[in-house]
Amino acid sequence: MTRFLIKRIGQSVVVVILVSMATFSLLHLLPGGAARAELGVRSSPSAIHAFNVANGYNRPFLDQYWFYVDRILIHHNLGYSYKLNEPVSTLLSMDLPKSAYLSGLALLITIVIAIPLGIYQAVRRNKPDDYALTGFSFIGYSMPTFWLGLLLIAFFSVFLKWLPPSAPQTPTVSGSITDPKAMILPVLTLTIVGVASFSRYMRSSAIENLAQDYIRTARAKGVTKTGVLFRHMLRNAVLPIVTLLGLSVPALLSGNLITESVFNYPGVGLLFWTSTQTRDYPTLLALTLVVAIFTVIGNLIADICYGIIDHRVRLS
Amino acid sequence: MTDQNIEPVVLEEPEEVSQMVRAKRKRGASVFEVFLENKLAMAGAVIIVLIALFCFVGPLVYHSNQISSDLNIANTAPGHGHPLGTDNVGYDELGRLMAGGQSSLEIGFAAAMLAGLFGVLWGAVSGYFGGIIDTVMMRIVDALLSIPVLFVLLLMAALIHVNQLNLTLAVAFFAWLVPARLIRGETLTLRTREYIQAVKGMGGGAGRSIFLHIVPNALGTIVVNITFQVADAILALAALGYLGFGIPPPAANWGSMLSQGVTYLYAGEWWLIYPVGILIVLTVISLNFIGDALRDAFDVRLQGR
Repeated sequence: MTRFLIKRIGQSVVVVILVSMATFSLLHLLPGGAARAELGVRSSPSAIHAFNVANGYNRPFLDQYWFYVDRILIHHNLGYSYKLNEPVSTLLSMDLPKSAYLSGLALLITIVIAIPLGIYQAVRRNKPDDYALTGFSFIGYSMPTFWLGLLLIAFFSVFLKWLPPSAPQTPTVSGSITDPKAMILPVLTLTIVGVASFSRYMRSSAIENLAQDYIRTARAKGVTKTGVLFRHMLRNAVLPIVTLLGLSVPALLSGNLITESVFNYPGVGLLFWTSTQTRDYPTLLALTLVVAIFTVIGNLIADICYGIIDHRVRLS
Repeated sequence: MTDQNIEPVVLEEPEEVSQMVRAKRKRGASVFEVFLENKLAMAGAVIIVLIALFCFVGPLVYHSNQISSDLNIANTAPGHGHPLGTDNVGYDELGRLMAGGQSSLEIGFAAAMLAGLFGVLWGAVSGYFGGIIDTVMMRIVDALLSIPVLFVLLLMAALIHVNQLNLTLAVAFFAWLVPARLIRGETLTLRTREYIQAVKGMGGGAGRSIFLHIVPNALGTIVVNITFQVADAILALAALGYLGFGIPPPAANWGSMLSQGVTYLYAGEWWLIYPVGILIVLTVISLNFIGDALRDAFDVRLQGR
């Protein structure tokens, strides 16, 4: 297990280093360089020179990269947003809990619905209710997240006038928790998209497992139908879903970005989006790095969980 | 893409099911025949052809001004020479749908083709040579796969001036990773086959093996994947457009049309959002149906022999 862990963590570190290099290089792609971006298009050459010297942008590329790594790792400084006049880390500490709350809640509900649904479809496969549910998941899967969000707003807020069209606008996460009515639509949007894809995978995984010999053996020993499903099959059928969860972190984050911008929910996704609108480069670059690190961690956790559940993975 | 850019975990149908399908399938039925039997896929193919005709031939039949805006007729309800009304700056909505569809389909197909081509080459070379080359090439794919695409596309859109060419390249840049992985897997099994060994034995080089033997044999996987890539690319473009990073006006795209229409949701101006939303969903669903059917059609395990 230790060797497997070391190998996987090593790979993840390499990926993070590559991503950080890529993000850092993007800074040099900025039209007119970082100084132009920070000081404005009409900044004087002397101001630009002073800025470059102050930030070390006149030094060789590798020196600059080292300076950048040192700033993040040693000084825990993710950069400073000149547009919002606040350190990026402060912005993150405000918005990250809210995004985590939204995504976490949606993911939890997704799993609670999708896994039993997939098993149900597998048991009832090729019957009318299975076809209907497959049809639903196909539509949900092909539906752009923002279009789904809009449809929900059009129906629940504009037509029925039951729910507010925007998410809680409070700056703190406790504000979001105490306003559950406004959270319903954003969470529902993410849940529908999630259930559509996860239940599809769960269905095929369960069908595959139901045809295995161990199911027949367990039934022959006299285990009840539900007993077989939940005690024997679930553990095996859920394996691919665990990996899928880890691999879907980028998808979750993008879904989050779109949902937050549709419902104007002040999380990391909305922060990223407004930063692209205002060309707030330090925030954009820092957030890209943070999001990439989350993704890598997601993949790593998925692999480790997979290794814990299925011992064969570690050996290969 | 957007959010659909997960590598699909390939779960095989259980033996029992495939035997059922195999029994139904005629002996020696060609890929084309199997595809024709699938009603959903046929419906999908018909819809895609209709949408393409609508976007590319439509403007020849239905003339509308898509270059200059006319604020005098902004937000006109359907009727009066504008079958689907006009948008918030007075463009004819029906003509706008056609123009937006053109760029979505062009970029979607071009990006998927480009990504398919590059991904196939990358995967085939990586799988064929194996060893350290394979390790390095696949770690690069892994690293790029763990970058959240939408974030980087938005970042790029904020950095550079968006036009049709660089949008295609940007979408393609993240779309080649999945085909590369799939083809690498395919190549790993193909390169041990006798006919590849025979090519080697007769002195054929790597290029000959890859282009004349491995790629043609992996064609099924390639075609299926490119179909899904087109759907993903169109979704990604719509998301980018919705978030405000489409090609700037007077060029049209479905995503930005939706995001502009949203403002008028409360005013009940349905023609600004429903037609375009339905078009996006129809295009993507049809492509997914076609891809699913092609996967079945190319699946050797299911072919009657």
